[in-house]
Amino acid sequence: MNKPVEGRITDMKERYKGGVLKYKQMGYWRPDYEPKDTDFICVFRITPQEGVDPVEAAAAVAGESSTATWTVVWTDMLTAHEDYQAKAFRVDVVPGTGTGPGTDKEPQYFAYIAYDIILFEEGSIANVTASLIGNVFSFKPLKAARLEDIRIPVAYVKTFKGPPTGIIVERERLDKFGRPLLGATMKPKLGLSGKNYGRVVYEGLSGGLDFTKDDENINSQPFMHWRDRFLFCMEAVNKAQANSGEIKGHYLNVTAADMEEMYARAEFAKSLGSNIIMIDLIVGWTAIQSMSNWSRKNDMILHMHRAGHGTYTRQKNHGVSFRVMAKWLRLAGVDHLHAGTAVGKLEGDPMTVQGYYNVCRESHNKQDLSRGIFFEQPWADMKKVMPVASGGIHVGQMHQLIDLFGDDVVLQFGGGTIGHPDGIQAGAIANRVGLETIVKARNEGRDILNDGPDILKNAAKTCKPLEKALETWKDVAFNYTSTDTPDFVATPTAS
Amino acid sequence: MRITQGQFSFLPDLTDTEIRAQVDYALSKGWALSVEWTDDPHPRNCYWNMWGNPMFQIKDGAAVVFEVNACRKANANVYIKVNAFDNTRGVESMVMSFIVQRPPHEPGFGLQRTEEHGRVMRYTTFSYAATKPAGERY
Repeated sequence: MNKPVEGRITDMKERYKGGVLKYKQMGYWRPDYEPKDTDFICVFRITPQEGVDPVEAAAAVAGESSTATWTVVWTDMLTAHEDYQAKAFRVDVVPGTGTGPGTDKEPQYFAYIAYDIILFEEGSIANVTASLIGNVFSFKPLKAARLEDIRIPVAYVKTFKGPPTGIIVERERLDKFGRPLLGATMKPKLGLSGKNYGRVVYEGLSGGLDFTKDDENINSQPFMHWRDRFLFCMEAVNKAQANSGEIKGHYLNVTAADMEEMYARAEFAKSLGSNIIMIDLIVGWTAIQSMSNWSRKNDMILHMHRAGHGTYTRQKNHGVSFRVMAKWLRLAGVDHLHAGTAVGKLEGDPMTVQGYYNVCRESHNKQDLSRGIFFEQPWADMKKVMPVASGGIHVGQMHQLIDLFGDDVVLQFGGGTIGHPDGIQAGAIANRVGLETIVKARNEGRDILNDGPDILKNAAKTCKPLEKALETWKDVAFNYTSTDTPDFVATPTAS
Repeated sequence: MRITQGQFSFLPDLTDTEIRAQVDYALSKGWALSVEWTDDPHPRNCYWNMWGNPMFQIKDGAAVVFEVNACRKANANVYIKVNAFDNTRGVESMVMSFIVQRPPHEPGFGLQRTEEHGRVMRYTTFSYAATKPAGERY
C-alpha cells in the first residue's frame, strides 16, 4: 500500500486548519537543519512502539519537548513558531540493535534534536530539565527513551557561575598537590551515636585520610541529632589536624527537609570552622543551586553525593545518562561529585566512567564515542569538578584506580579503611602508603597498571598495615556484566 | 612526630636519586620547579621562604637537585620542599609538592580550645616550635 509522503507542510492554511497532523508535518523533522552554535543539541536514545516510524517518533520527541501538543492549535500563529519549535535533524540506528546482522534486539535509534536558546531561562538547571525531560518520557508512542548526551551552547554555559571552589582552589585551600585525595565514608551507615561517630572520624583522619564523610542517609535521626554529629566531628577534625600538621576535613551532610533547615545546618557547620559540607542529589536542582550560591559566599567546598541517580541512569534504554547529570551538576555548581569507580561494587564500565570524569575535569570535551561523549562541549573556563570514586574499593586496586583516573580525584575507602583487621588507623595508613607509593612509582616511569601489585607488595615489606590490608582483601573483585556500556568501540586503524 | 604534608610524607625520606626522578617527571610535563624552606610548618602557612624564584628556565634536573642541596647547606634545621608549577590555562597553580628535609626533631602542634556558647568550641592549632622567634626554633 502506498503511504502518502508526510513531509513538512509549509502552506499556512493547510498547516493550521484544525485537526491532527503528524509531527513531521508540523515541522518537527528538519533533516536539512544546521544547528547553530547557540542551539542546545540533545541526543535521545528512543525505542519506538511497534509500528511507529522512527523519524516520526523523533519528531514527536522534538515536538513534545518544545512547543507541540497532540493536535493543531491556532495560537501557534501568535508566536515566532518556527524559532520555538525544536528540530529533530538526524536519526541513526543504535549499533547492534534492530534487524541488522548479528542481533535480535528490538530497534533503538539515536534522535538528534536542536533547541533554540530562547527556550531556556539564564542560569537555571530547573528550567533546562523541566524543558527537556519534563514531558516527553511518558509519551505513549515510545516504549522507552533516554537522554544520552547534550551539547550546551557556550552562550548558555556563561550564564552560570559553576562550582563555588573547583579543583584548583580546593587544592590551594588544602595545600595538597600532586596526588589523589583520600577519604572514607563512616560505617556503619546508620546507628552510631555522635561521640562514637566522631571516634571513627578521628581514627580515620589521624591514620592518614584527608577527608571523612557522612553517608547520604545520615541527616538527623533519633540515634544521632545533627548538631551532636557536627560538634563531635569538628573536635575529631581539629585534633587530627593538630596531630598530623596537615589540613583535614569532614563532609558534614546538611541535607534536610526544607531549605530553611539546610541553611541553618550549613551556617552551623561554618560557625564550627568546617571547610566542607555535603548535600544529596535528591534535594533537587533548585536546592542545589541555592546551596552552591551559599557555598561560594561562605568559602565552603560543596560535596555532592549522587544519591538516587541509579534509579534513572543505569539502564541503557530508559532514563537520563549520568554524563548529562554531570554536565548539569557542573553548571549548577558542585565541587565534588561521585562519578564512579569502575572497579568497585557499584555500576560503572571503565570507559563510560572515564567519560564522566572528563565531563567533570576537562576545559573542553572533545567528541569521544568510545567513552560515550557524543558532542564537543565547551566549558568557557568554568571551574572543574573533583570526581569522587567511592564504593567497594580497596588498597589492592590502588594502581588500577590511579591508572584509570589520575591525580584529580577523591578516592574513598569506607569499608576499606574501617574494615581493616588491625583497626581504623591501620586501614588509613595502609591506604595512604599505598596511594603515595603508586603515585611515586608512576612519576618514576614505572608501569603501574601491570607492575602495581608488585609495587604495593614491595611497599608492604616496610608497612605492616598495608601488608595486612592486601592479604585481607586480595580476592575481592566485583566482576559483573555492566548494564551501561558504550555503544561505540574504538576500532584500531591500519598503520 | 612527623608532619605529613606533601605528596610522599608517609614513605621513607626520598634519596637524592628519588628526588631527581620526581624533578625529571615534572620537567617532562613542562612544569617549573621551585625550592622553599620554613621553620613555621603550620598547615595554614602557605608562604614558605623562597629559595630563589621558581626555576622557569631550568630544564636540567641536576641543576634543580643542586639547588635543593644548596638550600640544605644554607638552612640546616628547617623544612624544605620542592614544588612544581603548571601554567596551563585552567590550572595556573602548583601541581606537585613534597618535603625533602625536616628538622632533626619535630615537636609538632598543640590544639588550643576556647569554649563559646553552648557546646561550641573554637580551635586553634599552634606550633610548639613557633613559640620561639624565627631562627631559634629548631
